[in-house]
Amino acid sequence: MTQELTFAVIIIGILHSGIRLATPYLYAGLGEMFDQRAGVLNLGVDGIMLMGAFFGFYAVYQTGNAWLGVAAAVLVGIVMGLLMAVVSISFQAEQGISGIGLYMFGLGLSSLLFKTMLGTVEGVQGFSELKFQITQNFSLYDIPIIGPIFFNHSVLTYGAFLLVPISAYVLNKTTWGLKIKAAGQNPEAADSLGVNVTTVRYMTVILGAALAGLAGASLSISLLNIFQENMTNGMGFIAVALVYFGSWRPYGVLAGALLFSTVNALQLWAQVLNLPIPSDVAVMLPYLLTIIALAMPFRRAAQPAALTRPFTRGDN
Amino acid sequence: MSKTKFNRFFYDHLLNLLLPLLAVLAALLVGALILWVQGVDPWEAYKAMFLGAFGSKNGLADTLVKSVPLMLVGLGIAIAFRGGVINIGAEGQLITGALFVTFLGVTFGEKAPGAVGILLLLFAGALMGGLWGAIPGWLKAQLGVNEILSTIMMNAIAIQIGYYLLRGPMIDPAELAAGTNIPHSARLPKNLDMARFTDMAKALGFTKRAKELGIEGYAGQLYGVLVEPTRLHIGFLFAILMAILVYIFLWRTTIGYKIRAVGLNRQAARYAGINVKRNMVLSMTLSGAFAGLAGAVEILGLHHRMFEPTSVSAGYGFTGIVAALFGGLHPLGIIPSSILFGGLLVGGDKMQRAMQIPQVLITAILGLIVLFVVSTDFFKRKLQTRRISEEAETFFEKETGAGEEASA
Repeated sequence: MTQELTFAVIIIGILHSGIRLATPYLYAGLGEMFDQRAGVLNLGVDGIMLMGAFFGFYAVYQTGNAWLGVAAAVLVGIVMGLLMAVVSISFQAEQGISGIGLYMFGLGLSSLLFKTMLGTVEGVQGFSELKFQITQNFSLYDIPIIGPIFFNHSVLTYGAFLLVPISAYVLNKTTWGLKIKAAGQNPEAADSLGVNVTTVRYMTVILGAALAGLAGASLSISLLNIFQENMTNGMGFIAVALVYFGSWRPYGVLAGALLFSTVNALQLWAQVLNLPIPSDVAVMLPYLLTIIALAMPFRRAAQPAALTRPFTRGDN
Repeated sequence: MSKTKFNRFFYDHLLNLLLPLLAVLAALLVGALILWVQGVDPWEAYKAMFLGAFGSKNGLADTLVKSVPLMLVGLGIAIAFRGGVINIGAEGQLITGALFVTFLGVTFGEKAPGAVGILLLLFAGALMGGLWGAIPGWLKAQLGVNEILSTIMMNAIAIQIGYYLLRGPMIDPAELAAGTNIPHSARLPKNLDMARFTDMAKALGFTKRAKELGIEGYAGQLYGVLVEPTRLHIGFLFAILMAILVYIFLWRTTIGYKIRAVGLNRQAARYAGINVKRNMVLSMTLSGAFAGLAGAVEILGLHHRMFEPTSVSAGYGFTGIVAALFGGLHPLGIIPSSILFGGLLVGGDKMQRAMQIPQVLITAILGLIVLFVVSTDFFKRKLQTRRISEEAETFFEKETGAGEEASA
């Protein structure tokens, strides 16, 4: 009996962590999906996330208001996105390299600001878990099994999942979505039909970066409520890979995010439960999985044709 | 020099030098702004940095020591970029190379005679790094896996393998005995230490210190770097030799030509009958081999044991990219460029000690340099195209002018 009970607790714990940990992947992955659909590969996501994580954390640390943290993270994301857009779109820099530059800048600056402005690791009171109190003595959290899995998350987590259908709607049902896809698939044709490719690409890169900033904040003011140097640990790069894995579609990104967060959760629980897997090997799993996911042959057909190709308005 | 000739010289050669310098200056300016906002006098900070890196015997020696892995990694990056593949995985390739060299050295080192043993281990490091680079190369060529992402993941995997080995099978028995369990390996046998500059100087008969010879000022410091005991080892000369070899390889051999052809235009290379896939794998393998070599040299010349993977790689995989870009992806340009960035790393360390400015400022500045250097490419292309079209215009004006005279 007790054996079964612990087993159920573990499964619930893994599923709960899986949903929780999907939050940063979803924000960053969906943002990056917009960039890539418009033809721009932003590899600097990890750097933007770190900046968002720091500024979000710092704002909450100073004001105690979690929403101001979100605002700060989005704002710094926009600034970083603008920098990336100028370099990659206007100056047509090689996107594989400019993104690495942005990553190093974000990593260095967020660590520098953390060291000079805070110095030591401190916690903040960020977003707390919603329990959905319906009546005085009943909340959705009290529903057995389902409650602890689905109704014990912060508002940022629900927002991340809500963003999936919103992204699908924007991409597939709005004119702007059509313009994004055209800019990434055939910028010359889009241009000839009156779409301003440069503007569309600027907007998507800035939107993607704002979401990456939010992804960082979701770590520092919702999931963990602390800031550490390089706390993303390459999450931003995995988010870029998720877009490939998800065939450049919102629901594909969702599937990828859930897969990765569940593997992450399994890995954490394996350590908690003292399973006979060396933790150093367990930590490796998500990265190994990324490579395997990227190697899946059926994914590539959906790649936007003009991905990483700069666009210049010709005279002809 | 005629105006056209000067124009050609300026736009085709001088510009390649000036624009990266401008990029570095711009990045340092932004860095100064960050310092100023933090309430630090940027001038004082940069002075401490520059003097720390180049002002004294020990600073200069450290700068050169740090330039060695940067040079080797940078050479590998240049081969990959010239071959049209982007290798962000030098960190992992360096780590696996260092791990393999340490394992072999600790296990079989006692029996190996010094010089031959060192050469064999250098080769082993290159082999391991090459293998670590070949995997993403093969995945790209055969399965179309984006090599930027796969190399970044390979970095993370290499770091974890390193921690696993150093906490388990490869841990220093002394650590186990003492119960401290710090993840580092045993020391390699002394016969596998690469010679230091001071050893070489002694062998050549330079035994006196600068003071004893009465050499004063900066010349004395320079003399000290070469002769007096510092950490500078012959890996520095080895790296320069490698730079020359890579130059010959890329510009004077058929294989090098093919690699560059694939990098310049994949389609054209394919039409010319070059096996594009094989050359992509080859450039990734060579790129990884140089990073692995950097790992081997760090172990044999400097650390003599393996410890925390990220401390051994120390970001050289990324800084090496910056050094390669600043050196114009040219093997000979990478030599001075690596020394400059080695100096930036050492100077950052000195600045941290002297003025309590966290060293991570250097990472931010390096990132900005990358952003600015890749941005200047755009202006360079624009200026060079304008130069060519202007020249063509004047040429045609002359031609048509001459034609009119003849017909009249």
